[in-house]
Amino acid sequence: MTATTHTTAAAPLAPVEEAHQVRRRRRLAPGRRLPATRLVGPVVVLVLWIAASAAGLLDPGAIPAPWTVLETGTRLWTDGTLPDDILTSLQRAASGFVIGLTVGILLALVSGLTRTGEALIDGTVNLNRAIPTLGLIPLFILWLGIGETFKIAIIAIVVYIPIYLNTHAALSGIDSRFVELAEVQGLSKLRFIREVVIPGALPGFFVGLRLGVTGSWLGLVVLEQINATSGLGYMMFQAQNYGQTDVILVGLVVYGVFGLISDSAVRIIERRVLSWRRTLSS
Amino acid sequence: MAPHTEQLTRPAVQLRGLTRSFDGRTVLDGIDLDLPAGQLTALLGHSGSGKSTLLRAIAGLDHGVTGWGSPLLERSRELGGGQLTAPERVSVVFQDSRLLPWRRVLDNVLLGAEGKDAGRRGRAALEEVGLKGRERAWPGELSGGEAQRAALARSLVQQPELLLADEPFGALDALTRIRMHGLLRELWERHRPSVLLVTHDVDEAIVLADRVLVLDQGRIGLDLAIDRPHPRSYRDPLLGEYRERLLAALGVTEDHR
Repeated sequence: MTATTHTTAAAPLAPVEEAHQVRRRRRLAPGRRLPATRLVGPVVVLVLWIAASAAGLLDPGAIPAPWTVLETGTRLWTDGTLPDDILTSLQRAASGFVIGLTVGILLALVSGLTRTGEALIDGTVNLNRAIPTLGLIPLFILWLGIGETFKIAIIAIVVYIPIYLNTHAALSGIDSRFVELAEVQGLSKLRFIREVVIPGALPGFFVGLRLGVTGSWLGLVVLEQINATSGLGYMMFQAQNYGQTDVILVGLVVYGVFGLISDSAVRIIERRVLSWRRTLSS
Repeated sequence: MAPHTEQLTRPAVQLRGLTRSFDGRTVLDGIDLDLPAGQLTALLGHSGSGKSTLLRAIAGLDHGVTGWGSPLLERSRELGGGQLTAPERVSVVFQDSRLLPWRRVLDNVLLGAEGKDAGRRGRAALEEVGLKGRERAWPGELSGGEAQRAALARSLVQQPELLLADEPFGALDALTRIRMHGLLRELWERHRPSVLLVTHDVDEAIVLADRVLVLDQGRIGLDLAIDRPHPRSYRDPLLGEYRERLLAALGVTEDHR
């Protein structure tokens, strides 16, 4: 029996009698996903934090206890400063994100669907990508002033690049077999784009979208800590000057919560729109 | 089964002098081909003999052939230094089912279908290929045979006068393939399109086709009418003679077997 000899040869340490049993293949996939597993990590961190604070292992000046952070958060919320700051930050992130999203999609479509567009756009975007966007801040301040416009512009740039790159790659990477099929079925150029190219590019677009969402928060943090008179980043920057670690932690928690919410929102939309993919992953 | 005289006088496909080469290697060398309307013709050949190239050229999918016209629409056009006359409605079935994974089965079948009654025609086509009830399934949920049935339904909806099939059953297991042979023959008898079935399977060609062409060295080497009633059995001893002749034309002799 060649199969048996092969098995024993491959695993020389296995006892001889085991070679006669039907060997179970080692499972390489991670197995079934448990519900709400994404929350396990954060919950463990929180529990450790509570335990360490309660045991007095942490210096309250460096890392205040969770309940102190909660108290500060409630206080800032009730006196109205926190809602104001959150609103300002959200507006910035949302405006920048919407502009970046629109620009990213439009450029990707023009560049992915026309050769002229590709010649004009693709190289330019890649050049833009090579320049660290946050390095553009000084120039943008000189151009647009230190108001809201420059902040929104920077966030828009941070957002549009990943959306463009992924959507463009997906658009131009469309399976040539499907192009052939569309020709055979006599699809018009418009229907080909609408029914074959765009749905086929959606998975790539969503990868870009998720990177863009994360990027908008990242840009926000940096911008608000450098040049701002309001917003979450400003609140944290002020707190740094006065040594209020609890306020800084409140800011970080809010950033984290919004980041998680926006990422989950994208995930949910993605799952809805790409429901056909579930047949592959399940 | 006497073909109508009207069909005999008017070939569905008339191809004269098609030449195609890739990087100086001539694959098709002045092919002349007539496909009578409503006939099921099989095209045999080794892999790399150019049978797919010929099919793609007729389908209008080969953009490298000189004299390229607008796809599938002109009844007559210049092609590869020659002349091609083909029907207006041409459909292609590929070796892979080529279903768009993001469209449900019915929507895949209706890809490119026009008209108000398209939905009804799509459902009818799915029922004909035995996929009634799977309209809302995703392509990823279909077996290989079912996917190929859906691809056949997609072609049916186009109501083709000429159906080009490029090794449509090549990726299926033997049992499914036999069932699909029956289905193809059945659909052909009901709708009577002209069919060009490209295959490398001699038995498939003999069992299904009324006429078998062998493509060899860029030319039609053998043109063999299979004059046996349908449905044919794979074990029909009289088909053995045809098999011998076709295998010989393909260069497979006794000592190779």
